[in-house]
Amino acid sequence: MNDAAASEAAISVVNLRVSYGEREILHGITFDVRRGETMVILGGSGSGKSTLLRTLVGLEKPTSGEVWIRGVNTAHVSDREMDQIRKKMGMSFQGSALFGSMTVGENVALPLREHTDLEESTIKIMVRIKLGQVGLGSFENYMPSQLSGGMKKRAAVARALAMDPEILFFDEPSAGLDPIIAAGLDELILNLKKAYAMTIVVVTHELSSAFLIADRMVYVDRGHIVALGTREEFQASTHPRVRQFLDRVPEPEVNEELDYLQMLTGDPASGS
Amino acid sequence: MKMLEKIEAVPGVVGARTIDGFAYIGGLATLTGQAAYVTFVGPFRGQRLRPQRAIHQAMAVGVEAIAIVSLITFFVGLIMALQSAYELRRLGAMQFVAGAVAVSILRELGPLLTAIVVIGRSGSAFAAEIGTKKVTEEVDALRTMAFNPVAFLVAPKFLAMLVMVPCLTVWADFMGVVGGSVFGVAGAGFTVGSYFQATLDSIVARDIYTGLIKSVIFGLVITAVGCKEGFSTGAGAEEVGRSTTSAVVTSIALVIVVDLVFTALFYFINPT
Repeated sequence: MNDAAASEAAISVVNLRVSYGEREILHGITFDVRRGETMVILGGSGSGKSTLLRTLVGLEKPTSGEVWIRGVNTAHVSDREMDQIRKKMGMSFQGSALFGSMTVGENVALPLREHTDLEESTIKIMVRIKLGQVGLGSFENYMPSQLSGGMKKRAAVARALAMDPEILFFDEPSAGLDPIIAAGLDELILNLKKAYAMTIVVVTHELSSAFLIADRMVYVDRGHIVALGTREEFQASTHPRVRQFLDRVPEPEVNEELDYLQMLTGDPASGS
Repeated sequence: MKMLEKIEAVPGVVGARTIDGFAYIGGLATLTGQAAYVTFVGPFRGQRLRPQRAIHQAMAVGVEAIAIVSLITFFVGLIMALQSAYELRRLGAMQFVAGAVAVSILRELGPLLTAIVVIGRSGSAFAAEIGTKKVTEEVDALRTMAFNPVAFLVAPKFLAMLVMVPCLTVWADFMGVVGGSVFGVAGAGFTVGSYFQATLDSIVARDIYTGLIKSVIFGLVITAVGCKEGFSTGAGAEEVGRSTTSAVVTSIALVIVVDLVFTALFYFINPT
C-alpha cells in the first residue's frame, strides 16, 4: 500500500528543513502529494506554509532534506534542470503577479512565446482558450490594472495554465477577495481538477475553501506537520492545535518578544 | 569604560564595512557578468534574445533624455566660458576661451553631467521598476515560469545603456561647445565660424575618446547599481523608495570614483 502510494506521488517531500539566515522556519517536513489529487496546505499566519510552497516551486533552497518532483530531487539540481521542471509547473501568486506593462493576453502568451516554437497564430488561439477556461474570454486586450482583484487572479491562473502544467500551485487564492468572488475561484479550481486531472497544491487559511476543494489536507504549525489526512479525518481530529484552528479559538495574547519568536519558529519543548 | 569599548570596536567595524564594500562591488560585477553572458553568449546556446525590449529601454534612457541633457550642458558650456574668461581676460588671452571650454567639456564635464542626468532619470527608474516587481512577486513569477530575471529585466537595460550613454555624451559635448560659443560670439569677439574653428584647433582625438570610454564605464556602473538595488528590495512599498534613493546616491559616488580612476589612468598611461 505504502509503496504503491509512493510511486504515485507527484511531489515527495522528505525531512525538509528551510532556514532564513539563522532562523529555521521548517523543521523537518515529510509528506507526499499524490498524482491527480488536490492537496491543501493549511496553517496560520507565520506557520511556514508559504515558505513550504516557495520551496516546492524552487524559490527557496532547503538547508537539508529532499523534494522529489518528476523523479528529480530539486534540492540538488542546477538552475537549468530546475527550469525544465518549472516548465511543467504553474503557479498562481497571492497578489496575481501579472506583468503590469503587458496586456492580459500578452501575459498568458509570454511563456508560450519564450519556451515554445509555436506560430504566433497558434499562440493567439491558445491564449483565447486559456482565458476562456478561467472565464475571461473577452478581456484579452485589457491591462492588468484595469481588472478587479478576482479577475486578476483568474488571469494569473490562465497564465499558470499556459504551458499545460502537470502540477498547479496556488498561494492564498481567496486572500483579499469577497466571499462571492472567492467562491468563484474555488469553483474554478474544482473545474480544473475535473477537466485535467491535474495535481493541485493550494496554500490557504480559508477553512471553507479548504474543505470544499481538498482531497487531502496537511496542517502546518510552527514549521512542523501536525496533521495530514482527508477532509473527514480532519473534521474528526482531536489534535489540540488543529481543533484550535478549526474552532477558531484565539491564541493567548503575545506580550513578550521571545514568546512571539517562539510562536513563529520553535516549539517550546525543543528550546531552539 | 564604555568609550574604550567603542574605540576597541572601531577596527572591527572598519574591517566589516570594507568587506561589505568589496562584496557589493563583487555583486555588481556578477550582475554585469550574467547580463553580458545572456546577451553575448546566450544566443549561441539556443537562448533567445529579445531586441525589442532593449530598444524600448533605449528610447527611455536615451531619446527621452536628449532635451534635459541639451539644456544642462548648454548652460554649463556657457558657464565654463564665463568662468574661464574671468581669468583669461586678465591675461588678455580671450582667444583661448574656445579651447578652455572644449577641453573641459569633452574630457570631463560632458561625460560626467550626462552620467548624472542618466542616474537621475534611468538609474533611479531601474531600481524602482525592479524593486516594484520584487515587491509584487513579479520577479518570483518570472522564476517560476522558468525565465531568468537577469535575462529578462537586466540584460536589455545594459544593452540600452551601453549604446545610449556614449551617444548622449557626444550630444552633450556638442551642446556644451554650442553653449560656450554663445559667450564666445557675444563677449569674446569670435564669429560662430571662428569659434568652432578655434575649438577644432584646440582639441585632439584623445580628448573625445577618453571621454567616451569613461561614459561607457559610467553606463555600466549606473545600470549595475540600479538593478542590484532593485533586486535587494525587501518587502513593502517603502522599501522601493529606499532602494531608489540608495541607487542614486551609490551611483553618483561610484561614478565619481570611477571617473577619478580612469582620469588618473589616462594621465599616467600617456602623459603627453
